[in-house]
Amino acid sequence: MRDSNDDRMAKYWSKNVSLMLRVFLIWFVVSFGCGIVFVDWLNQFRFGGYPMGFWFAQQGSVFVFVGLVFYYAHKMSSIDREFGVDEEAD
Amino acid sequence: MDLQSLTYLVVGATFALYIGIAIVARAGSTRDFYIAGGGVNPVANGMATAADWMSAASFISMAGMIAFMGYGGSVFLMGWTGGFVILALLLAPYLRKYGKFTVPEFIGDRYYSKSARGVAVLCLIICSITYVIGQMKGIGVAFSRFLEVDYETGLLAGMCIVFFYAVLGGMKGITYTQIAQYCVLIFAYTIPAIFISLQLTGFALPQIGLGSMLSGTDVYLLDRLDQVVSDLGFREYTTDSRGSTLNMVAFTLSLMIGTAGLPHVIVRFFTVPKVRDARTSAGWALLFIAILYTTAPAVAAMARLNLMSTVEPESGQYLSYEERPQWFRNWEVTGLLSFEDKNQDGLIQYSAHSVSNELVKVDNDIIVLANPEIAKLPNWVIALVAAGGLAAALSTAAGLLLAIASAISHDLLKGIFRPEISERQELLASRVSMALAVLVAGYLGFNPPGFAAGTVALAFGLAASSIFPALMMGIFSMRISKEGAVAGMLAGIGITLFYVFQHKGIMFIPGTAFLGDLTANWFFGIEPNAFGVVGAVINFSVAFTVSAITRPPPEAVKKMVASIRVPNLKNDSSLV
Repeated sequence: MRDSNDDRMAKYWSKNVSLMLRVFLIWFVVSFGCGIVFVDWLNQFRFGGYPMGFWFAQQGSVFVFVGLVFYYAHKMSSIDREFGVDEEAD
Repeated sequence: MDLQSLTYLVVGATFALYIGIAIVARAGSTRDFYIAGGGVNPVANGMATAADWMSAASFISMAGMIAFMGYGGSVFLMGWTGGFVILALLLAPYLRKYGKFTVPEFIGDRYYSKSARGVAVLCLIICSITYVIGQMKGIGVAFSRFLEVDYETGLLAGMCIVFFYAVLGGMKGITYTQIAQYCVLIFAYTIPAIFISLQLTGFALPQIGLGSMLSGTDVYLLDRLDQVVSDLGFREYTTDSRGSTLNMVAFTLSLMIGTAGLPHVIVRFFTVPKVRDARTSAGWALLFIAILYTTAPAVAAMARLNLMSTVEPESGQYLSYEERPQWFRNWEVTGLLSFEDKNQDGLIQYSAHSVSNELVKVDNDIIVLANPEIAKLPNWVIALVAAGGLAAALSTAAGLLLAIASAISHDLLKGIFRPEISERQELLASRVSMALAVLVAGYLGFNPPGFAAGTVALAFGLAASSIFPALMMGIFSMRISKEGAVAGMLAGIGITLFYVFQHKGIMFIPGTAFLGDLTANWFFGIEPNAFGVVGAVINFSVAFTVSAITRPPPEAVKKMVASIRVPNLKNDSSLV
């Protein structure tokens, strides 16, 4: 019985970790990718008056960060419920 | 009403508000004092975190740094916001689940060691003290510029306010004043920005305005700025990089990890009721921060353009020094702006070439502080900027002082030296250490040590290289032992201090920098301010290596780690 519970918790944890990895991938791509490494290449495109790379570095990445944190919070709440570990289920 | 009285009125009203809140929100227990009773609404906590985090540097200096660095200034924008993603995912929910009062307390329990807790206290105090000096200076400067009182008088007034609400209310008082301070500072920041964006582009939202055409023309604002700065010999605004790509990456990552490791920010997430709240609260905090951080680049570019078109209205047509506007005269008095007529023609020639440039000093801080005057905004907007700058400095100072005070009373006194004291005695001790911390910070504000200028970068370097890795490994690995953690923290701090000192001087004393502040000597071209990430990598490596050859943590600790990973799992181990 205890083993199966440990298994469930291991599964819960690995779901959490893989969600985190996906979020960090996007985090990395918008800031270090679009904002720094590929900035010169992206600057050939325009977003209104913004060169695209410059926009990612000074505006876009910050907006994406905000979205990512809320997305993670939202997803984790449903994973918590799925595994019955949310605090209301206490 | 003249500007002076208006500024007194606005600043006075905000101070009255902070004191009023302090009287209502008094702390009745250590739980109130350290974590505001643990019942703070996640949105409210997000607002308080935003004020806690955004310091005098964010409010006063950041837009100016971006204005003169252009694209290179993006490291601050991405670094200081991207850190919240790390904090929200890797630390905040688990430390909230742990559910005690301080960051060193977690390190002590997880690494089953009072020495680990002691090392954590040391890192926390060094990093918070260095940070608080900057806030104290910000308070003194804001007072002296806007209210025309002495730096000392201004500092003293600021100290009295912080003393009053922090000693009386602890975290509870700080939380509710920070919420008020966030409202003051965000209004003060965005209103001038909206006005300027409207003037220049016709769009009210600065984030849109920055990507739009200048009113009455078909030229984009950023294209115009690129052209104006290149004409004067500066590097193009939108592509002016800060060192190599590797340096940009290292700097951004150091600021991110440093942000996630700052104890005064982390501890704000101890104050919400649930694990789920800690996750959403981090999102709210970042949203409230993003409002200022996406406005800052617009303020930067627009103010730089305004400044340049004031001194050179048409290409090759320079402003006569005799006809300089009033704000120019005002800021000359403060020494933040100065003119030297090198070719004796009575005209202000601004250029990138140091031989012919006649605007010999344009301080970064001018961009935010003088911005409303340059754009000819009404006096009440200028008064608001003064109140906003003070709110930013006061809220961060209070958060830092609380982190220091709780480390002393809860970790050192109750945790290590005198575990037998009662709760009442500990509450008294926490008030006394808060009072002492305010006095020490005030003293350092009156006599800023010579190294103060370099210290904020050092605070980030230390947080990145010591506190963050210890916390992250504590949550994500069951294998890291106490020997590993302590060795890792010491190695991380050691290498970061060593690198910074060898380029910037031991304790920042000029002349003791044995490798010199020369780009050629930088490790892979990474500037000293960006070295925190290397310190962090070393901390992780040392901790893993030492843990592999020492005894693994006891079962009770493994149970504790398992329990903080799951929101509703009780920890039944005997350790806690």
